[in-house]
Amino acid sequence: MTKAVRGFKIRKYRLQLSILSILIALWILYTSVSPRTFLSYGIYYSLMSTLPLYAIMSLGLTCVIIAGEIDLSFPDVMAFSGFVFSALFVGTGNIWLAFFCCLICGFAAGAFNGVLVTKARIPSLVATLGTSFFWRGSEVVLSGGWGVILSDAEKTAFRQILVGRLGGIVPGGTVPAQAIWFVLFTIVFWIVLNRTKLGAHMYFAGDNLEGARMMGINVDRVKILIFTIMGGSAAFAGTLANMEVLYYWPTLGSGFLLRTIASVFLGGTAYFGGIGTIFGTFIGSIIIGSLETGIVAIGISGFWVQVAEGVVIIIAVVAQAILRRGRGAT
Amino acid sequence: MSYLVEMENIRKSFGEVVALDGVNFTVGYNEVVGLIGDNGAGKSTLIKILAGVHRPDEGKILIRGEEIRNLSVRKVRESKIEVVYQERALGEQQSIWRNIFMGREITRLGFLQIEEERAQAEKVMREIGFRALGLTPDSIVKTLSGGEKQGVAIGRALHFEVDLIILDEPTIALSISEVAKVLDYVAEIKRKGKSAIFITHNIYHVYPVADRFVILDRGRTVAEFKKEGVSLEDLMGKLSLIARTGKLS
Repeated sequence: MTKAVRGFKIRKYRLQLSILSILIALWILYTSVSPRTFLSYGIYYSLMSTLPLYAIMSLGLTCVIIAGEIDLSFPDVMAFSGFVFSALFVGTGNIWLAFFCCLICGFAAGAFNGVLVTKARIPSLVATLGTSFFWRGSEVVLSGGWGVILSDAEKTAFRQILVGRLGGIVPGGTVPAQAIWFVLFTIVFWIVLNRTKLGAHMYFAGDNLEGARMMGINVDRVKILIFTIMGGSAAFAGTLANMEVLYYWPTLGSGFLLRTIASVFLGGTAYFGGIGTIFGTFIGSIIIGSLETGIVAIGISGFWVQVAEGVVIIIAVVAQAILRRGRGAT
Repeated sequence: MSYLVEMENIRKSFGEVVALDGVNFTVGYNEVVGLIGDNGAGKSTLIKILAGVHRPDEGKILIRGEEIRNLSVRKVRESKIEVVYQERALGEQQSIWRNIFMGREITRLGFLQIEEERAQAEKVMREIGFRALGLTPDSIVKTLSGGEKQGVAIGRALHFEVDLIILDEPTIALSISEVAKVLDYVAEIKRKGKSAIFITHNIYHVYPVADRFVILDRGRTVAEFKKEGVSLEDLMGKLSLIARTGKLS
């Protein structure tokens, strides 16, 4: 590779390289201050178990924001579809039917958001704020505020596929299946965003909505599809959460809103739309997921976790804004 | 005489406001028509009707001699007519090559053919004479000058072999050198045997490149001139008269 080509590639991928540098810098900091924790497999095993629960949704949210919209309802869709899954499984004993219906709920909830935004022309911030209350409220009414025990699912193949522990990948240890699902979702979303017409249209819809319409792009269809996919991602993530602990709890999804959004913006997706990468969100999710553990491991009091998260996010987004200003090539 | 586009007796109102009141408008093959008029003359409405964005209340539209009913944006494209809007319909955060193929991506088995798009974009950039140092198909549109952005929009239209390019105020807010670039692109349209409608209220910009001028005022066609036999000064005089009195004599 010539020097000129190398230089071009660095400029082209500088947003992605900057977020990767932040992750590496944090990892070096954690490892140097707490080598016992960060040089053992246990911490990574723990992260792989928990991180995908919101990180999968951050991939879908990346597409929503690239297209110029926002979705605040996904944690509540996660909860509602999680309840649907639990109730149907306990009621019918058929876990695959329960999963299928749960996904349908998620897709339908997402599509409803898309229709509100594109046909009723309600700003997505407002529309999804409204639907978040609706889905959370419906879930509370239907569940009565009670959890659902899902221990009958423990020995099922379904649970193994979703959250089983896979040997033979890491020497001397196992990998939680949800981590594999996160990687698979990342690959699929990357392909869709970068190698399909839909992905190209997402960028244009977020960058210049009217221009995209003038060039014949069906932006309404693009947005409805993206919101639908987001709803499905939330339903899938909810099922992962249920299967991981074999329990459905009514506050499922609470606490995921801000960290999912933070993962997306930390990863370099611009809030005004038209810019963003799946790779950036992938790394951003890992940074967010590991921050709390890392901060506590290096000896800072847990009270300081949110302050530290805020500092890291601010530094990352300022760096990206500076890099974007001089952006000369994709 | 056959025309590429004929618009007959076009009427359009928006509520109480009469935007077009029986306008006749034609574009010939390999012809550049300057559509001139002040703000509110009806130029944009006429062009949006031709672009399929608005439906006329009355009137006929013929393309290559065939009447087209219920003209839509899709039908316009299929008729090999493209509009370069004032806003240029470009994704400012996207690369040149992505913009050239916006809405018309090349795919195989559902996947984008990125290298092919990039190579064709390179060819388009050569054809429209993008000589600025450092500009590549990967250059982000927001880093381009106004004239270069116009070049991308026009290059996009030329690449897809359209027969008629409608340029909506293509020189607005551009510097002198940028205007010169855009006029070069318009000349290139003519050299390639295509037609163009150049919408403007700046006669100095359109005069060098147009073959014929159509002047609209308050929703009506008030004058039409071929360039032969009409100097720029004559045209300015007629426009001033129309602006003062609403008619030519």
